[in-house]
Amino acid sequence: MTILTTRKRKRTPATWLRGGGLWNLVFVAPMLVVFGVFSWSPIVQSFVMSFQKTNLITAHWVGLDNFVNVLSDPLLGTALINTLYFAVLALLFGFPLPILLAVLMSEVKRGKGVYSALAYLPVVIPPVIAVLLWKFFYDASPTGVFNTIISWAGIPPQPWIQNAMSAMPSLVLEATWAGAGGSIIIYLAALLSVPPELYDAAEVDGASIWRKIWHVTLPQLRGVIFIMLILQVIATSQVFLEPFLFTAGGPANATITVLLLIYRYAFQNSLGGNYGEATALSVMLALFLAALSFVYFKLTERWSNN
Amino acid sequence: MSAVTTTRLRRAKARDESEPANDRGIVSDFDRKKPGVRVVMAVVHVFLALGLVVAGLGPIIWLAKAAITPTQDTIRTPLEFFPNGIKWENLAQAWTEVHIDQYFINTLVVAAGSWFFQLLIATTAGYALSVLRPRYAPLLNGAVLATLFIPSIVLLVPLYLTIVHPPIGQSLLNNYLAVWLPAAANAFNILLVKRFFDNLPREVFEAARTDGAGPFRLFWSVVLPMSRPILGVVSVFAIINSLKDYLWPMLVLPDPAVQTLGVRLPAIQSQTELGVFMAALAISTIIPVVLFLGFQRVFLRGAGLGGAVKG
Repeated sequence: MTILTTRKRKRTPATWLRGGGLWNLVFVAPMLVVFGVFSWSPIVQSFVMSFQKTNLITAHWVGLDNFVNVLSDPLLGTALINTLYFAVLALLFGFPLPILLAVLMSEVKRGKGVYSALAYLPVVIPPVIAVLLWKFFYDASPTGVFNTIISWAGIPPQPWIQNAMSAMPSLVLEATWAGAGGSIIIYLAALLSVPPELYDAAEVDGASIWRKIWHVTLPQLRGVIFIMLILQVIATSQVFLEPFLFTAGGPANATITVLLLIYRYAFQNSLGGNYGEATALSVMLALFLAALSFVYFKLTERWSNN
Repeated sequence: MSAVTTTRLRRAKARDESEPANDRGIVSDFDRKKPGVRVVMAVVHVFLALGLVVAGLGPIIWLAKAAITPTQDTIRTPLEFFPNGIKWENLAQAWTEVHIDQYFINTLVVAAGSWFFQLLIATTAGYALSVLRPRYAPLLNGAVLATLFIPSIVLLVPLYLTIVHPPIGQSLLNNYLAVWLPAAANAFNILLVKRFFDNLPREVFEAARTDGAGPFRLFWSVVLPMSRPILGVVSVFAIINSLKDYLWPMLVLPDPAVQTLGVRLPAIQSQTELGVFMAALAISTIIPVVLFLGFQRVFLRGAGLGGAVKG
């Protein structure tokens, strides 16, 4: 806004008006209001609030107290380990699957549209409905949906989300099912942009199908894969809905994640919302993710150039 | 990096349309003639088709079945089709006794408002930043793009407090504006729309201006009609994301009378008979699935576009 007023003074209001300055403002105003109130100012506030103690009416500065309190919370370690566990499992099982499926789907000659639609269908199901449905699928009794299916292969009933050991992998399985379609469509679009001449050239050199995938397809997808990897890490480190609705952080805190902890500080506190500590933890998470992305992009930049 | 990807995509698209002869993938026609490759390809094809049908369609078909199955059958033999007949009453009970009708309408209202405000902000901002280009446009553009790099969790608490104590007026709790307006502050939409506007031919704008069209007429009668493809993409994602949202509407709509299906369903689960609850889930799935089947191409184009922008 300061820039605007100095410009106005320099160019006189009359020239500003004739140059369409008023119309510019009319078109810019909705965005300024909405972003100002609901995006820019909350971002600034969250950094401020992490150094304050606030009870909605008054706020006073407490220095680093919020950060100290959060870091000394015994649950934080559990939440960090669980979040990391979720992210690693999602990376191991959820990340390569869409790449594999997209490569296979791109080789199908007929019915590609139907396959893309089928793969994308779980993505449009609202996650709440998906989780409530899967919660029933994960029924631990021998007549549960998944337990019935695995019994066909002679596997005994599993406790799924009711056991601390198997709860997190079960959550990852559902999250992978819910998210894979979106990645598949992105990889399919990227596969379209691989120049076919490269395959022709590889064949002239006598490359087999595997070597073509390994030496042509995957290197050509490298840029997209790098981006998708960091985006997935950023998304999985903010996992909330699955642990919240499936298990509410249990059993025995086995699925409590960083976001669940932030939610508990702010909105599930019997002493009133502890907004300072909630923002302190979210700011720390954001800074960590920013640092991680920065390092990641520096590293992949070097690899991409090789 | 992103510019490269868009040109690449455009190239891919051009190739798609003009040179079908060179539309080849990893496996060449020569490979396909080998008997071994042919068998492997057939097996892969069958597994792919089966897997996608089971994973993509399976849960939805199961849900549709459970919606009209007696509760005891769903619990005892979840994978059998109607061992003891069909119970259509589940649907009626969910609609009237569980008040899915009310939540269904609330969901539509929330989605329609989110759609309207997202489109309003994305088009006006995109137009200002791409076509009008005031001197402060780069600054605004930077400020909008910067928000893309802030994880949404950082906003959660301060945004909630903003809703409880807005800068002007009463608390916005239980007011749909509390869902609509934060959804409209979507930098990704502006980025998509601005990019599309950037690629519109400037000569058309000049011609319209010489014919005496003012900034608003240019926006309403020239730019918007030329931008149907991108407006379609922004629209379907605005609506689907509104249907998928949970945490935020749960926080700012605490009154059950105004809640959406997504927010209400987890809350009513424990007091609802399983068969009726499955019917409620099935009814809630209808809007997004119908939307997807109706606008499949827009969805899939948009999903690929998201990748192009991310790249």
